Amino acid sequence: MTIMLEVQTGFSHMGGAIGAGLAAIGAGIGIGQIGKGAVEAIARQPEASNDIRANMILTAAFVEGVALFAVIAGLLAVLK
Amino acid sequence: MRVHRLKSLLAVTLGLFLALVSSSVKANEEHGSEKLDPAKVIMEHIQDAHEFHFFTLKKENGEEMHATLPLPIILWSKERGLVSFSSSNFHHGHDSHDGYKMEHDKIHAVKMENGVEVLDEAVHVYDISLTKNVVQMFLSLIVLVVLMISVANKYKKGKGITSAPKGWQNAVEPVITFVRDEVAKPNLGKKYLKYLPYLLTVFFFILINNLFGLIPGSANVTGNIAFTVVLGVISFFVILFSTNKHFWAHIFWYPGVPMIVRLIIMLPVELLGVFTKPFALIVRLFANMVAGHIIILSFITLIFIFGSMSAIAGWGFSPLSVLFAVFIYLIEILVAFIQAFIFTNLTAVFIGQAFEGGHDDHH
Repeated sequence: MTIMLEVQTGFSHMGGAIGAGLAAIGAGIGIGQIGKGAVEAIARQPEASNDIRANMILTAAFVEGVALFAVIAGLLAVLK
Repeated sequence: MRVHRLKSLLAVTLGLFLALVSSSVKANEEHGSEKLDPAKVIMEHIQDAHEFHFFTLKKENGEEMHATLPLPIILWSKERGLVSFSSSNFHHGHDSHDGYKMEHDKIHAVKMENGVEVLDEAVHVYDISLTKNVVQMFLSLIVLVVLMISVANKYKKGKGITSAPKGWQNAVEPVITFVRDEVAKPNLGKKYLKYLPYLLTVFFFILINNLFGLIPGSANVTGNIAFTVVLGVISFFVILFSTNKHFWAHIFWYPGVPMIVRLIIMLPVELLGVFTKPFALIVRLFANMVAGHIIILSFITLIFIFGSMSAIAGWGFSPLSVLFAVFIYLIEILVAFIQAFIFTNLTAVFIGQAFEGGHDDHH
C-alpha cells in the first residue's frame, strides 16, 4: 500500500515538474515572438521605438502571467 | 506644519514600536537539525510568520541562534475573549503559553486534562495577530501617506506650480501624470477623475509592497494570495458598480450571433468572463511575485545544497549563484514596477469596458 502511495506521489511530482517545464517552453516561444515582432517594427520605423518598447513589455507581462498560472498549477500538483 | 506633525508622529510610532520590541530581540537557542531541507527553507521565506526572522547562526557546539524580531500575537475566541502576548513565548512552536499552542504556524487552544495537555476542541480561535505581512503593510501605508501628503501640501502652497518642483515632487509627479495620461484617460475617457484616486492608490500600494518585499528579511506581502484576493475583489466591485445597461445587454443578449450560439455559448462564456477577469488579475500578481522570490531563494539555496555535498563545491559555486541571484534581483525590480502597472492598467481597461457601449452594433 505504501508503495502505491509513493508511486502516486511520484507521478504527481513528475506531472507538476513536466507541466512547469512545458509552461516555460510556451512562455519562451510566446515572448520570443513578441520580441521578434517588436524588433522588426523598430527596424522599420526607428523613431517609434519608445512606443514599441512599451507595448512589447506590456504584452510580455501578459504572456508571462499565463505561464506563471501553469507554474502555480505545477506547484499545487507537487505540494498536494 | 501638518507634515511636520505627521513626520514626528511617524518617528514617535517607530520609536515606540522599536522600544517595545527591542527588549525581545534576543538570541533563541535550541538544538538544530543537521539536514538541509531546501523546500522548507524557501517556504519559510515566502509564507507569513509571527516573527521577523533575519538570520540564524550556528555556534560551535551545534546549537542554533536565531536572530528574530517577535511580533505580538492577538487572539480572540468566543469562550476566552481577547488575548495578546509576544510570539517569543511560543519558543518556535515548542511550548504552549497561556492555554494556546502553535503547531505548524497555526494556533490552537489547549487545556489541561488529567495533567496532560490536549487540544481544546470546543474553543475556536480567531488569529488576528500582527504578523509579518500586517506589519509590512502598515509600514508601507505610513510611508505612502507621509509621502503623498507632504507632496500634496507642497503643491497646495504653490511650489511646483508657480515654481520648479522640489524634492519628492520630482519623483511623484511624473508617475502620477503617467498613470493619469497613459492608464486613466485612454481607458476611462471623460469619467477618469472619478476613478483616478482608486487607480493611483492601487498602483502605489502594490508598487511599495513589491519593492519592500525585495529587501532581505522583509515579508512577502504581494506574493500572498490573501492580499491579492482582496485587491482583486475590490477591483471586481469597482468594475461591477460602474457597469451600465449596455454591458449587461451584451452579456445576456450578445448581438450579431445566431440565437443558438447566443444562448448556449455566449451567455455562459460572458457570465464566466465577468469573474475570470478579476481572477486573472489576482493570480497574475500573486504568481509573478511569488515566482520571483522563489527563484532568488532557490539560487541562494543552491549554494548550500552544493555545500552540503562538499565544501569546495559550495565555495566554488557561490560566485556563479550570487551572480545569477543579482541578475534575477534586477529583473525582479523591473517586474515590481511592471506588475503594479499591469494591475492598474487592466483594472482601468475593465472599468472602461463596463461603462462603454452604444457603438454601432446596436440591435
